[in-house]
Amino acid sequence: MKLTNFSKLILFGLIVTLPAVGCRTKSSYLTGLPKTGTTGSVVDSGIGKALPDDGNKVKSDDVTGTSFADPNLRKDWPRDREIFQADTVHFDFDSSIIKSEEKPKVAAVADYIKAHGSDAVEIEGHCDARGTEEYNRSLGERRALALREELIRLGIEASRVDTISYGEDRPAVAGNDEAAYRKNRRAEFVLEKHQNLVGLNSPVQNNDPNK
Amino acid sequence: MKIFFLFGVWWFVLVSAIGLLYAGEQEIDIRRTIEPGNTKPIWVSMSGFTGEAAQVLQFDLYVQGFGFTNADAAQYLISGSNNGNLQGRATDRFNKSSLVSKAYSGASLRRQAHAFADDFVNAIPQHKGIALTQIAFKNDTGRNSEIYTADFDGHNAHPVTMDNTIVAAPCWVPGRKALYYTSYKLNHVDIFHQDLLTGERRPFARHGGSNMSPAVSPDGSKVAMILSRDGWTDLYVCNANENDPKRLTRTPEDESSPCWSPDGKWICFAAKLKERRSLCKISASGGEVQRISTVGVLNPTEPDWSPDGKWIVFTAMMGSFEICVVPPQGGPVIELVPGEDPSWAPNSRTVVFARRTASGRNLSLLDVPTKQVKDVSRVSGSNSQPSWAR
Repeated sequence: MKLTNFSKLILFGLIVTLPAVGCRTKSSYLTGLPKTGTTGSVVDSGIGKALPDDGNKVKSDDVTGTSFADPNLRKDWPRDREIFQADTVHFDFDSSIIKSEEKPKVAAVADYIKAHGSDAVEIEGHCDARGTEEYNRSLGERRALALREELIRLGIEASRVDTISYGEDRPAVAGNDEAAYRKNRRAEFVLEKHQNLVGLNSPVQNNDPNK
Repeated sequence: MKIFFLFGVWWFVLVSAIGLLYAGEQEIDIRRTIEPGNTKPIWVSMSGFTGEAAQVLQFDLYVQGFGFTNADAAQYLISGSNNGNLQGRATDRFNKSSLVSKAYSGASLRRQAHAFADDFVNAIPQHKGIALTQIAFKNDTGRNSEIYTADFDGHNAHPVTMDNTIVAAPCWVPGRKALYYTSYKLNHVDIFHQDLLTGERRPFARHGGSNMSPAVSPDGSKVAMILSRDGWTDLYVCNANENDPKRLTRTPEDESSPCWSPDGKWICFAAKLKERRSLCKISASGGEVQRISTVGVLNPTEPDWSPDGKWIVFTAMMGSFEICVVPPQGGPVIELVPGEDPSWAPNSRTVVFARRTASGRNLSLLDVPTKQVKDVSRVSGSNSQPSWAR
């Protein structure tokens, strides 16, 4: 009995000593974590490091943002999904940054909205399926908001730009490969046609992208 | 030089361990240490039950950290019968005491078995049965998704919405009387409140932009949520019977998935801080955002704070998805099993989570201390975003 305990003890000693050896080969127990790929944007796992200089406290950036019109205002306006079809903007993984090659599309939408003073635009944010669902719903909204800010910067009134996030719930294409993911990380522009005579002639169209 | 140093460390450890060992033999440690992912099951033996009753009891006990063995190796002996109604007895083999001896009637045999499982578990100190609890979840049938409620094992599932659009992110009001969820019914992302007794519902948050991820405070008086009405996706808190959302964060980054500390003082959520995805917390009355460090994993998201306050369970997105726990003050993470979107049971030890399969997502239960996992019964479609009624 004591002998068994003693051999356990030697094992225990080895186990305790090993990490000390491991220190020199730097976090060898982390080899299982992917360094790139689907978590590509995160380069720093923070493992083995002290907290940042500011400790646990993180100061808010204090960004005000630009408010929206009442969501009921254009609720029944007919939607045109075709008109901006060529202007769908694509994003990098886990990113809401508008890439420079995508900016002409935003400018084209801005020009159209400027020229049609009574119409408005809704921006749909979408994600690939590699995040969790509510994370993707927030990221999709963040993508739509980034484009909204760009339209505002180009001179469109904030009250004429709506956003909606579909997260990963409305993929453009099915599939679980990078080609599909690339197509699904996107934002689509939908024209909201000004409508005075709500419900008289034109039926209310469903806003859902797949209906 | 280094080698000598290491030998020194080794011998120091060895000698102190010998000391501890001999000191340790003087007393018997009777505490049961509950460590996530590294705790042995509590051994029970079961006899006399058949068919559905036996299956229900095995399922219920397995997902609460019990393991099955024969009578001379078990701590608890469970026996009974289910000819017609269910009768059950449970005794502690070590101190020979009877824990429960009861006959059940009424309802279904299934429900009688759940009730007996609860009576047995509740008789063990520091344990709280969960066999009569409920979950809510999102069921995606391809084009649309609806909210369902079910028993905690997935049986008796019923839809509570029929919106024919995307409905997501259900969250129970304490006491199981109502749900909050996100619905696209009004061609907009709005948060609804639905009374489960009357079926009545009302838009709770319908502001410009998207209204997402409702989380009810433990006393039911407040709702934390993610809104973009002021131009960015930020965390807001609102009184449950008013329409006065207060903005708690002001960042251009995308906050998501709020949850509450059991004392209602803190809201924990996922955010991007300095280009790094992190878990954060903020006082429910506002203040500074504090990072909760999750050492060892990347991209933490979907936190849920255990009702006993000891752990935050969350999803780490690292190519795959891992269910993990971390103490609320942050620190080294314990990775448990592959999965996402965990939600604690009222017993603070079992969680329900979603697992990706070839045919969509499936819900599973995980006993955190033992890492015992069982799939719950599935509703046709992809089942995800579970919320455990507490």
